[in-house]
Amino acid sequence: MALGLTLTWLTFLILIPLSGLAWRSSELGWVKFLAIAFDPRTLSALRISFGAAFAAACINAAFGVVLAWVLVRYRFPGKRVIDAMVDLPFALPTAVAGIALATLYAPNGWIGQFLTPLGIKIAFTPLGIVIALVFVGLPFVVRTVQPVMEEIDKEVEEAAATLGATRLQTIFRVLLPGLAPPVLTGFALAFARGVGEYGSVIFIAGNLPFRSEIAPLLIVIKLEEYNYAAATAIAAVMLVMSFIMLLILNLIQSWSRRRYGYGA
Amino acid sequence: MALDTSLQPTKVRSAVTEHRFARWTLILASLVFLTLILLLPLSAVFVEAFRKGAGPFLEALQDEETFSAIRLTLIVAGVSVPLNLSFGVAAAWAIAKFEFKGKAFLTTLIDLPFSVSPVISGLVFVLLLGANTHLGHWLSAHDIKILFAVPGLILATMFVTFPFVARELIPLMQEQGTGDEEAAISLGASGWQTFWHVTLPNIKWGLLYGVLLCNARAMGEFGAVSVVSGHIRGQTNTMPLQVEILYNEYNFTGAFAVATLLALLALVTLVLKTLLEMRYSEEIAASRRH
Amino acid sequence: MEVRVQNLRKEFDRFPALHDVSLDIRSGELIALLGPSGSGKTTLLRLIAGLESPTEGLIYFGDEDASKKTVQQRNIGFVFQHYALFRHMTVLDNVSFGLNVRDGARRPPKAEIRRRALELLDLVQLSGLEKRYPAQLSGGQRQRVALARAMAVEPNVLLLDEPFGALDAQVRKDLRKWLREIHDRTGHTTVFVTHDQDEAMELADRVVVMSQGAIEQVGTPDEVYDSPNSPFVFGFVGQSNCLDVRVNDSEIWFEDRPLGLKVEGESDGDAQLYFRPHDIELRDGCGGCIAGLLTTSRRVAGTRHIEVDIGKGHPPIELELSPSQAGALDRSRIAFRPTRWKLFR
Repeated sequence: MALGLTLTWLTFLILIPLSGLAWRSSELGWVKFLAIAFDPRTLSALRISFGAAFAAACINAAFGVVLAWVLVRYRFPGKRVIDAMVDLPFALPTAVAGIALATLYAPNGWIGQFLTPLGIKIAFTPLGIVIALVFVGLPFVVRTVQPVMEEIDKEVEEAAATLGATRLQTIFRVLLPGLAPPVLTGFALAFARGVGEYGSVIFIAGNLPFRSEIAPLLIVIKLEEYNYAAATAIAAVMLVMSFIMLLILNLIQSWSRRRYGYGA
Repeated sequence: MALDTSLQPTKVRSAVTEHRFARWTLILASLVFLTLILLLPLSAVFVEAFRKGAGPFLEALQDEETFSAIRLTLIVAGVSVPLNLSFGVAAAWAIAKFEFKGKAFLTTLIDLPFSVSPVISGLVFVLLLGANTHLGHWLSAHDIKILFAVPGLILATMFVTFPFVARELIPLMQEQGTGDEEAAISLGASGWQTFWHVTLPNIKWGLLYGVLLCNARAMGEFGAVSVVSGHIRGQTNTMPLQVEILYNEYNFTGAFAVATLLALLALVTLVLKTLLEMRYSEEIAASRRH
Repeated sequence: MEVRVQNLRKEFDRFPALHDVSLDIRSGELIALLGPSGSGKTTLLRLIAGLESPTEGLIYFGDEDASKKTVQQRNIGFVFQHYALFRHMTVLDNVSFGLNVRDGARRPPKAEIRRRALELLDLVQLSGLEKRYPAQLSGGQRQRVALARAMAVEPNVLLLDEPFGALDAQVRKDLRKWLREIHDRTGHTTVFVTHDQDEAMELADRVVVMSQGAIEQVGTPDEVYDSPNSPFVFGFVGQSNCLDVRVNDSEIWFEDRPLGLKVEGESDGDAQLYFRPHDIELRDGCGGCIAGLLTTSRRVAGTRHIEVDIGKGHPPIELELSPSQAGALDRSRIAFRPTRWKLFR
């Protein structure tokens, strides 16, 4: 999957930006392209998009492992329902999630109203974006880790226990390292999804330039201004950056797969 | 030795489970996390929709623009899903049953819409068909409206939802191999007959699953459709776009009313998905056995 | 370290896996738990290890009551049939694991741990492979790593659960010999579970024959083979034939003939005669013997196995003859009499 993602980016990087860039560069030229790409507003939007996606993917990685653990190993009432619910972000339209989250975390919202007196603002800030992206990326790590966790051989845990390892030691030294590859895969997927997310974010974000404006929104704004050149340029930069990040993640993943044994 | 109670040993905790306290803490933490992130937003949709009562809720749904948004969504999905179904089956068929150069390329091309921002997916079509491109000129010369009209919506939706069916079917068909088809052909069946009577029944659960996911995404797609839509009220607004418009006009009841319909769609999708997964896994096991 | 198991009972969800099992294992001995599947041998092993807890009964390591200790506290070494190596660790890290997870005071310094691990790898003849990962090793090598890993913690007792079950026949044979050597060198009390009686007989100082959750007999391989004390043991360990006979006036009668076998102190009545295929002598003419028609004859390694049909719906009798004896047969009618046998009621 990760290899496919990389190849995909490669393909996409060749097809679209080349055609768009090639077409537009006849009137733009490199200088103008770089000017757009490094325009402060663009940089800020990219920073916000990638930063929030990264943070959300980290949160999802941590909780994803816990969720997968709980779903695979424990029995409790309602487990079946919870397991199905994990896929809700896949099924729910992004705009619906967007307005729901905005309503919850607005200053006078369900949750927002308790946080405002504490001076914590979520809506209209990057924090709100992160929460929206946590929603969107939730299923990814859980679903990549679950099957691997189900395959864990009970005897390996027993072996660790016979050798004197406490439960905590067994979990951290024996079980979790083997889960590194699927966690990384899930992280990469959640991250890629988060970078490009639009519908869930624009309502809660408030879209204040330089504060909570995400890159996809900037593209839409430029399009509405008929500034196709800028839109294309920003899209191209997004693609290149995503490609680089995914390449890095891919490398880390194959390193960990080699280091930690075959077959995650 | 006298008969003493020391014959009843203390229960020693199994080597491979955590302390009860740890277990329940983890379960609780998970439930809190899920409630906060998933359940609250979901319930917010329903609560906000009915905040002013059932009356305004129903009125909102009967609003003319909303009504056409619903109709448009159904049309777009109604066209995109079957088309994607056919193409998906064709692509999966080609990849799973035949050997040819560039197979890997085709496979990653299929995955492409998954890894790209929906906004960029929409952007692609604007760049390809926009008023100031060759293709765009040709189209407007022939008075064919694609962008900012319903065909554009369908195209963009098809682009982003294409992978669902194919991705479901490719591994399934690859696993099933070509044995059954070869047997049928050796018995004299034509290509079409083989496909209809042999291949299709084998993949029917994977097909249903793919169609289910494809439909959910098609009806709910926002980013790509937003870019190519032109936001012409009553004409090129699908339900998700209508939600955005109503929300931005502070018509919360209206926005959440439409959102409720979409949320119900999502829940139905989840239920059907779970049911199919339960039936499906039996099917997989069965087809593996034979 | 000696191990004593006392009145052990284990039920899984009402299913009785072990009934009232008691056993004394001497310090330093290599003892085999032998039996078919379902006999409870693995359950007994896991109870000693602490991987399961008994429904009733006690387990002593030396003088200490180990029943209340967790598996971590018992300081045992366990080797699984499918190795259970840690896939993401090198061979060296696998072997050092038990020492690395010890806390504070009990943990030796890193250099010491490394030295001990390498020493053990040398003992199991895997020097030079310490940087490999389990996936890069053969089955036999993996099992040796597993054994080294188990020994690294200087266990009170070594427990092996069908350690060679997943390996090829030849590798199994080689490892059997090698395990015996290792045991003689290190002197760990070792308990191993097997359903292969050749393995048990070849390796163990003593054999515990189990069936359906109970111990049938405990003894040296000689004792268990030559003096089985129940039909089950007679039949399970080594080959056997069984005939329905009658005791009459201290003589054994088969069908309507006395067999010429005398038995002291047995009351009259029906009984079953057990004897091994090789414990017979061929007879000419029959004053008191069993007779039948030769139906098949096969060469198996250094002996000849023949089947004799003694008619009247009895199952065929299997006999083992030396090739010279078999060669001397020039007729299809065989008459023989058991030289060693046992009577069970």
